[in-house]
Amino acid sequence: MAKVLVVTSGKGGVGKTTSTAALGAALAQNGSNVVVIDFDVGLRNLDLVMGAERRVVYDLINVVQGDAKLAQALIRDKRLENLSLLPASQTRDKDALTEDGVARVIEELREKFDWIICDSPAGIERGATLAMRHADMAVVVTNPEVSSVRDSDRIIGLLDSKTARAESGERMPKHLLLTRYDQGRAERGEMLKVDDVLEILSIPLLGIIPESEEVLRASNVGSPVTINSPTSAPARAYAEAARRLAGEDIAVTVPSEKKGFFGKLFGRRAAA
Amino acid sequence: MNLLSIFNKRTSAPVARDRLQILLAHERSYSGQSDLVTALREEILAVIAKHVNVDRDKVLVKMDRGDAVSTLEVDIEIPTPTKPKLAASA
Ligand SMILES: Nc1ncnc2c1ncn2[C@@H]1O[C@H](COP(=O)(O)OP(=O)(O)OP(=O)(O)O)[C@@H](O)[C@H]1O
Ligand SMILES: [Mg+2]
Repeated sequence: MAKVLVVTSGKGGVGKTTSTAALGAALAQNGSNVVVIDFDVGLRNLDLVMGAERRVVYDLINVVQGDAKLAQALIRDKRLENLSLLPASQTRDKDALTEDGVARVIEELREKFDWIICDSPAGIERGATLAMRHADMAVVVTNPEVSSVRDSDRIIGLLDSKTARAESGERMPKHLLLTRYDQGRAERGEMLKVDDVLEILSIPLLGIIPESEEVLRASNVGSPVTINSPTSAPARAYAEAARRLAGEDIAVTVPSEKKGFFGKLFGRRAAA
Repeated sequence: MNLLSIFNKRTSAPVARDRLQILLAHERSYSGQSDLVTALREEILAVIAKHVNVDRDKVLVKMDRGDAVSTLEVDIEIPTPTKPKLAASA
């Protein structure tokens, strides 16, 4: 059965788009049919991170408004044939996205794909609530830093109240993806530790993505880090997070740059 | 740089954690209150009002989000009913 996943955070620039591309590619690399949708109307970026910016013809708003068929707007990845992108509009106003229209598009995608991953815009306004509206589960992207943790807490509150799932009285499964983590600085007491953030936000841990220059390198060339440098530390962390999303029970570690060396083992596991 | 500043630098993360814990406890009980809590409060008030007269301010509905479960705390202050008047026996 298809799963709709929203990648959200509240705070901007914490790594939602990077994570959407990397998790989407990792799930596709494991054989699932995946579509990633850019909900950041007016500030689209997922096309760039995926390296598909020159292939955008129609976008989500065109499909929502009935100006284009879904099949015309979907862009199939050049490296993985089971990975597709539905881009956001760069020129239109975000009010052009209607709730019913988005619901229809998601329903249609559910028939074609195993995973539908929604890259949320920053903030807690309409764009963010529309992106989470039809989700079956959520990945909350958080940096180990006070304002990011506070905004994640706010987003968790919205996930539990503003989604279709919450309104129908169902539980919304939420997973914490801690990104841009620097183990050395956390150990020196300069940065919030994994356990601090987990204790404050009280949601299960999906993965810890280390701060790494490989992420910038991958976005420079327009390729998800899990495709561009699959053995790098962030790619391995994303690949493991993707396996946990798919229900595998594997312990969370912080992969380090040195191959074969795994950092501290974290006792907590992600809930399926 | 003196010894104290090195010490302070090393311990800035625990300060961040403590500040967050205090702030979020506050935010969750106020603006963090979801529409659900507001709706529950109104409906609980309506049910109570059918049977007893309560002061709106004396009804407290609070949601505490926890790891596996959340708790809903409902605290209602009901005035002690005044003794029925003996004159009624007339
Ligand atoms: N693990 C990481 N290591 C180093 N840099 C990272 C990491 N994750 C993300 N970045 C960088 O952080 C910046 C913001 O990332 P990204 O665009 O994914 O965030 P976002 O949450 O989607 O932002 P917005 O809220 O604007 O949509 C980018 O320059 C990205 O390369
Ligand atoms: Mg983004």
